[in-house]
Amino acid sequence: MIAPDSLPRVLHGASGRPLTLAQHDEAFGPMPRTAPSLDLLEASGLTGRGGAAFPTARKARLIGDQRGHTKFMVVNAMEGEPAAHKDRTLISANPHLVLDGAQYLAGIIGARHVAVCVSRDDPIMVNHLQRAVHERDRHSARGVNFELHTPPWRYVAGEESALIHWLDDNESLPQYRPRRPHVLRIGHAPALVDNAETCAHVGLIARYGSDWFRRLGTPTSPGTALVSISGAVARPTVLEVALGVPVRTIIERAGADPDPQALLMGGYGGAWLDARHLDVAYSADALAPLGSSVGAGVIIVLPRTGCGIVETFRIARWMANESARQCGPCAFGLPAIAEDLARLVAGDSAGAGAAYDRLVDRCGAIEGRGACRHPDGVVRLVRSALRVFADHVEDHVRGRACAASRSNHHYSAVPTLEREEELIWE
Amino acid sequence: MGMRRRVGGFVLLVNPILCDGFGHCAELAPDLVHVDEWGYPVIVTEPVPLANLAALESARYAVRGCPRQALRIERVSDPH
Ligand SMILES: Cc1cc2nc3c(=O)[nH]c(=O)nc-3n(C[C@H](O)[C@H](O)[C@H](O)COP(=O)(O)O)c2cc1C
Ligand code: SF4
Ligand code: SF4
Repeated sequence: MIAPDSLPRVLHGASGRPLTLAQHDEAFGPMPRTAPSLDLLEASGLTGRGGAAFPTARKARLIGDQRGHTKFMVVNAMEGEPAAHKDRTLISANPHLVLDGAQYLAGIIGARHVAVCVSRDDPIMVNHLQRAVHERDRHSARGVNFELHTPPWRYVAGEESALIHWLDDNESLPQYRPRRPHVLRIGHAPALVDNAETCAHVGLIARYGSDWFRRLGTPTSPGTALVSISGAVARPTVLEVALGVPVRTIIERAGADPDPQALLMGGYGGAWLDARHLDVAYSADALAPLGSSVGAGVIIVLPRTGCGIVETFRIARWMANESARQCGPCAFGLPAIAEDLARLVAGDSAGAGAAYDRLVDRCGAIEGRGACRHPDGVVRLVRSALRVFADHVEDHVRGRACAASRSNHHYSAVPTLEREEELIWE
Repeated sequence: MGMRRRVGGFVLLVNPILCDGFGHCAELAPDLVHVDEWGYPVIVTEPVPLANLAALESARYAVRGCPRQALRIERVSDPH
């Protein structure tokens, strides 16, 4: 058993290579033999770690209440976010904890099948999970049937309806869901999708209980969370922190620049946080009033020497390219926004003033009009940039583009745009 | 519906995946839909009272006229 107040939890026992089933059982103790309990999950107050921070028990209840004999539990280990490494770190340490949690959730909703989804572009992860699944098959007393699925990597491939679409029909394209909450289905079978880290927490709650889980974190955001920190840090790392600790503590622990300009919180579809607010608690409710969020547990540290507008432009351009290009407002709107940002970066000669006005209008125009939340993430990012870097934006509009915006040194490690201009979805 | 009192409202919804952006709907229901700079429909999100028969009729035109069958009328019980 892990002491209630001690860290790490889901990364407990991490040793550089994944724990085998025997080592895993030794490190965490056996799973309880009693029937999986939704009440226990509800009492824990666990919220999803995949981005939306939605209460896990509520989602499980929705799927559990659906009729139908066949149901699916889906583990989302796609980690589409380029700045995130948490699911990889977790699976490289404790793959069986993720599978324990998935099995527990499957028990709650009455699913006999667990689909574990990981990108095929990450062969090491595929290997770790394959091994773990095989190991469990040999000790098949554990009941449910695990299957590994490996869609190709894309940003939106990890979006839940795209993931279900892949499992259903081998296409990683998001689906239209006019009403929320929406029950995703594989064929006719209702499916519950949870992030890999969420599952790992469930694996601990099942063993040690909800009171144990709540000993760290805040009443509304209980437990711990994995954070992937990059940017102006000595070395990009993944840390497990108790929710509710000051953001400053997290970046200090990561050895980040102690006096940054801003932090990108949540991921590429997240929001910039002004460094004035470094003492805010790291939790969904504390960050929300500042227009920011925990998101997918990403923090990118931007030092004072960096230019937030360039970073935003680079990310937005990449995100525009990752659009699934199914919906007009996303397929045309995101490239237009990226183009406006390019003009803002270039400054006066490129018409930065007009670009700024267009940017504000276009953010309003495309918000909420895609089938999935991909464009909304970009809108959130751009709006936060215009707010947090307002003075800096003003300089660019006035034609005083900063030196940083002309340098080739960037803090967001945006993947290269190898597929630029290609209509990759056709 | 017939003789029932027309309580509540409706919204016109578009499936953005099906929509091809030629904008027929904006011509058929100009009070409810306008097009954005790329030609895709931007629809009034506020529920329209069902009692507004002219609006309901034009929404029906748009639904029937949409070449991709991307539009749908959805009733909302509680208009604000
Ligand atoms: C564009 C987009 C990409 C996403 N990519 C991922 C991803 O790679 N991995 C993930 O776990 N969740 C991703 N999500 C969130 C999922 O849709 C979903 O909310 C999550 O897997 C649910 O798990 P949770 O409740 O455990 O957080 C993405 C969402 C969007 C809108
Ligand atoms: S909003 Fe964008 S990413 Fe989402 S389904 Fe539509 S085109 Fe694809
Ligand atoms: S008529 Fe239909 S397909 Fe054409 S723009 Fe309107 S919703 Fe889209």
